[in-house]
Amino acid sequence: MNPPDYRYNKTHEWVRVEDGVASVGITAHAAEQLGDVVFVEMSAVGSRLKQFERLGVVESVKAVSDLYSPLSGLVTEINGALSERPELVNLSPYDQGWMVRIAPSDLSEIGNLLSSEKYEEMIGEES
Amino acid sequence: MPLKRTPLYPLHRQTGAQMVEFAGWELPVQFSGILEEHRAVRESAGLFDVSHLGRVYLRGPGAFELLQRAVTNDLTKARPGRAQYNLMCNEDGGIIDDLVVFHRSEEEYLVVPNAANIGVVLERLHGLVGQQRIEIEDRTMDTAMLAFQGPQAVSLITRLAPEEVAELPRFGCRDAEVLGNPVQFSRTGYTGEDGFELVMDSSIAETVWRAITGLGAKPCGLGARDTLRLEAAFPLYGNEIDTHTNPVEAGLEWAVALGKGDFVGREAILKQVESGSQRRLVCFRMTERAVPRSDYPILKDGREVGRVTSGNYSPTLRVDIGLGYVPVELATPDTELDILIRDKPARAQIVHRPFYKQVSSRK
Repeated sequence: MNPPDYRYNKTHEWVRVEDGVASVGITAHAAEQLGDVVFVEMSAVGSRLKQFERLGVVESVKAVSDLYSPLSGLVTEINGALSERPELVNLSPYDQGWMVRIAPSDLSEIGNLLSSEKYEEMIGEES
Repeated sequence: MPLKRTPLYPLHRQTGAQMVEFAGWELPVQFSGILEEHRAVRESAGLFDVSHLGRVYLRGPGAFELLQRAVTNDLTKARPGRAQYNLMCNEDGGIIDDLVVFHRSEEEYLVVPNAANIGVVLERLHGLVGQQRIEIEDRTMDTAMLAFQGPQAVSLITRLAPEEVAELPRFGCRDAEVLGNPVQFSRTGYTGEDGFELVMDSSIAETVWRAITGLGAKPCGLGARDTLRLEAAFPLYGNEIDTHTNPVEAGLEWAVALGKGDFVGREAILKQVESGSQRRLVCFRMTERAVPRSDYPILKDGREVGRVTSGNYSPTLRVDIGLGYVPVELATPDTELDILIRDKPARAQIVHRPFYKQVSSRK
């Protein structure tokens, strides 16, 4: 169910690297736990982040949840569609619900992230 | 201690409801999604399982007098066939519960306290029993309660219940049958929409639930119950009101009848009315995109002046809203405040209550 070519954080973020650009979002599991997302607040374009550093916040009707960056790098783009349609995070968490794009500074950091199978295992243990 | 479950628990699990712990009960927080359920109640009809609320029956010639001393509102205004919103207070005026009293018949009342306060309410009632003949029966665990709310609820109920139910005035209550089963109907609710609350024996809860969802009512959970009542600016015990708040500062003086005679807390509340309370519960809306939540600081000119008691995104108004206490001199509509959200002040403005009032007219 979770895209096999993505990598995952223990804190339920995913990252997909394409042509040197890393797209980041939250997993379907996280979106389901949060419930209806009403607001997404991200670090501004131009911010420098370290791997696992706080990247922003997702507000749902039920709760507010911190987001952590899966990779170190520079924020290059924020998904503007989410300000009008935050529900895209629930409807399409791996695609249209992407939150930020980062220019990664050290791709070897991917090694610190979970594969799709390991992430599945982890959430299986949580339930 | 294992969590309590309502008679509908097996059905909720079957339906795939997401469950949550609340006041010692395991209850549905959502079925299809909080926003979708919220909208269903505002636009058509939703059905809630509120069986976790207490149901305490008082019977006998002494019931009226006992209740009149226990609660703040004047029960002479609630004739048989009427429900009334009430507060129960301590001697110092602190609120121990907000509850609805249903005057079922001349000598029978049903008191519905919040789930978390059933114990203290029973304690207070038993403590006030004097010489009069009164029977106090807690039937929380063998009855169920549903809330059928929304602009379509009244017309839909005619398919299941006699005309007299649809003709109940606001806050009216009466017994009627649903598929041959006795149910207490009241035109009451906690959503700000028209609709009913239904009280029945546990054994028929599932039958009645299925009958109402069969009419098209959407199953709704605690998540939507909270976003709906927030838009209607109804207090939630534990957030807006508790033993450290009095009716005056909470804006609930209208539920206090100081002239009715003595009741627990009367002296203290009278003092508050005379001196004016120092703080006041207000409604505010955010003027920038940011979600206020319980306990976030309220600031005026950089200084903390109060705390948010409840806050969330309002699906109907499409803006972030909240309730909170501020000093009385700041408690006027249009006053600008800041809410401290993750260490950054976000601009808000006090507005008139409520945020939302239902569109359709009601008798």
